[in-house]
Amino acid sequence: MRTALILLRKDLRLELRTLETVPAMVLFALVTIVIFHFGLNQNAIDGQLAAGVLTVTVLFAAMLGINRLFVAEREQGGFDAFLLAPVDRTAMLVAKAAALFLFLAALEVIAVPAFGLFLLGPSLGPPLPGLILVLALADLGLAVIGTLVSAIAVHTRARDLIGPMLGLPLLIPALIATARAAGPLLAAGHPASTPPTRWLEILALYDVVFALLAYAVFDFLLED
Amino acid sequence: MPSTTYGKGLRGLALATLITMTAALVLVFFYAPLDQTQGFVQKIFYVHVPLAIISLVGFVFGGVLAIGYLRTGDRKWDMRSYVAIHMGLIFGIGGLITGSIWAKASWGHWWVWNEPTLVSFLIVLLLFATYQPLRFSIEDPERQSRYASVFAIVGGAFVPLNYIAVQAATAYVHPRVLTLTSANLPPSMGLTFVVSLLAFALLYVTLWKYEMAAKNARSQVRRLRRTLLGDDLARPAGRSAAPL
Repeated sequence: MRTALILLRKDLRLELRTLETVPAMVLFALVTIVIFHFGLNQNAIDGQLAAGVLTVTVLFAAMLGINRLFVAEREQGGFDAFLLAPVDRTAMLVAKAAALFLFLAALEVIAVPAFGLFLLGPSLGPPLPGLILVLALADLGLAVIGTLVSAIAVHTRARDLIGPMLGLPLLIPALIATARAAGPLLAAGHPASTPPTRWLEILALYDVVFALLAYAVFDFLLED
Repeated sequence: MPSTTYGKGLRGLALATLITMTAALVLVFFYAPLDQTQGFVQKIFYVHVPLAIISLVGFVFGGVLAIGYLRTGDRKWDMRSYVAIHMGLIFGIGGLITGSIWAKASWGHWWVWNEPTLVSFLIVLLLFATYQPLRFSIEDPERQSRYASVFAIVGGAFVPLNYIAVQAATAYVHPRVLTLTSANLPPSMGLTFVVSLLAFALLYVTLWKYEMAAKNARSQVRRLRRTLLGDDLARPAGRSAAPL
């Protein structure tokens, strides 16, 4: 656990000093919102459509982060250094997933209000607590699956292609649940105050199963 | 390299497959009654559903075999897993096409989004379609096997999870005439279905053994050529995602 914290601190410091990933994700999300405005030809959207747009925006921005997650380790020899150290390899999974989770949270702190300002019809205030819960669960899934996929993709020749190709289908169930859970919250008129529990349960189940799965197989991705 | 012969018992298995498949087709066309609402076209059910089920079972089977590779590090497990997924993909594409034909005939559209089984199947197929590109893009053979095995295990676990999520996402719009558990499948149809499921399962096993035998023989021939002719004269291996 201590190793994971040290690795996480290293990743966060690296990000704060280089500002390579999170600003790119935020800009990408903002541009995506603008593209949705023109693509859908709508000034304000609500309900399931709004939930879908928000989910897709977060997903595509997350893909940028997922692609970059292990690049520094590979290019600067971080993997070798980590493997030489007498530490549990799971620490790398925990640290990277936590870093990705924090990147996603930072992204959403800016992207969700921007979405509320630019595109969302109903006010963002009332559904916000529910939305935070849904997005937190979604980020957990994105972080775990993203770390797993990124660790596979980083050693392949076509790493920028393999990442999204593997990641998108694996994330579809999580995205279905996220979009469906957020839909009623963003409805015009009388929005629901809490997200539907069935979808939260599915999202949580998905997160737990993939966390266990990633824990089980991650060691094999580092072996050399 | 192990000298396991996968050809052993292949002839008997092939004959059993042939007989069961013939029996299944005879039952489909001459025994099972016509569906009252859908008529003759409903008979594609006896091909489509077994294809899809066997394909999914094949993916999970590939994942289980991949565990064998990660535990032992023996390349033959990776080969088994590869062939299982390869066959699963072929069966799956067959299942998707027959499903599409059935959808067009009974609902009037080639693709129906509110049929959860069809949609979840498409997602699984999209995931496993990346299995071979993944193998191609890793050059080191040992790493290729290891990463492909991790992928196969994750994919195998994804199959049931994905099904749960998509199932929950779709309210049934169409009446479910043909579910496996419900009692509304008449016994004669049920029997026909079980026989054709068995026939396709046997077909899968036969093809799996066949491909294993072929891959095994090919690698042995290549090894012999290399010893006899030397490395320069032996023809290089063709482009394939299969482990060598």
